[in-house]
Amino acid sequence: MKRLRYSLWIIVGIASALFGLFAYQLTQPKDEFVQSAMVGEPMPDFELPPAVPARPGLSRADLADGEAKLLNVFASWCIPCAAEAPQLEALERSGANIVAVAIRDRPEDVERFLSVYGNPFTRIGRDDISEVQLAIGSSGVPETFVIDGDGVITYQHIGDIRENDVPKLLEELRKAQS
Amino acid sequence: MRWLLPILAAFALLQPAAAQDRMPPAPYAYTQLEDPALEEQARELMHTLRCLKCQSQSIADSDAPMAGDMRHQVRSRIAAGESPDEVRNWLVSRYGDYVSYEPQVSSTTWPLFAIPIVLLLLAGTVLLRRIGRPTDTADEGESA
Repeated sequence: MKRLRYSLWIIVGIASALFGLFAYQLTQPKDEFVQSAMVGEPMPDFELPPAVPARPGLSRADLADGEAKLLNVFASWCIPCAAEAPQLEALERSGANIVAVAIRDRPEDVERFLSVYGNPFTRIGRDDISEVQLAIGSSGVPETFVIDGDGVITYQHIGDIRENDVPKLLEELRKAQS
Repeated sequence: MRWLLPILAAFALLQPAAAQDRMPPAPYAYTQLEDPALEEQARELMHTLRCLKCQSQSIADSDAPMAGDMRHQVRSRIAAGESPDEVRNWLVSRYGDYVSYEPQVSSTTWPLFAIPIVLLLLAGTVLLRRIGRPTDTADEGESA
C-alpha cells in the first residue's frame, strides 16, 4: 500500500511538472522570426540587374570591395518598409553605405516608392523571384544585413528598423569595418 | 438575376486589395517539370518544406508569393540534377532545421527519437511482469 502511494505521488509530480511546462511555454511571447543561418557566412554568389535606372544593380563583387555595408531587403508593396525610411535616412547621414535588394517589384513601383520615401541606397538590385532573399536566409521584408568588407554577413536585423535600432546597426557596421 | 452580372464584372475588374505584389509568379512556382519522375521528387520534397511566410503550411500548400519562389528553387534545382536531399540541405543551411518538416537526429532533437524507444521498453517490461508469469500470480492470488 505504501509503495502504491509513493508511485501515485510520483505520477502527480510528473503531471504537474508537465502542466507547469505547458503553462510556462504558453505564456511566453511567440517568436515568429526565422533567424538566418547565413550570419557569419560569406555572401553567396549572385548578380542582380538594376531595379531602377538611377542606381546600378547589385552583385556579390560589389559587397566584397573592402567597405562594410548595410544590405536592405525591401519592396515597394511592403508597408513596414515605408515605416523604416526615416531610420535608413538617419543611417545614411551617419555615413553608412546602404545597398538594397528590391523583392518582386516593378521598376515603376520602386521608383514611386523612392520618390515618396527617399532613396538612401547606392545600389538597388532587382530580385523578381526572391532568389537572393532565399540565398541569404531572409524570410521577409524588410530585413537589414550587415556585410563586412570581405563580403561576409555579420549581422541580421529582422523587421523594420525602429529608432532605437539605429545605434545597434551603426555599431555592428563599425565592428564589421574593423 | 441579370442585375447581378454588372456587379460581378465590377468585382472581377477590381485589383485584389490584399495583393502583396504585382509580379507574375516565378516560372516554376505553378508549372510542373516536364519529366514526371523529377516532378514527383520535387513534389515530395515540397510537401516537407516549411513556408516561411505562413509557418504552419508546407510550400506545396501555400499560395504566398514567397512559397511560389521556394517551389521555383526546388523545381529548378531538381531539374538541374540536384538530389532532393541536396536541395533540403541548401535550405537548411540558410534557415536552419526549422525550414524542414523532416526531423533529423541532432544534439537537440535526439530525445524525440529516444523517448518513444524508452517508453516502449518500459511498457514492455511492465507488461511482461504483469502477464509473463500468469500461473505464479494466480497461485499467489489463491494463497493470499
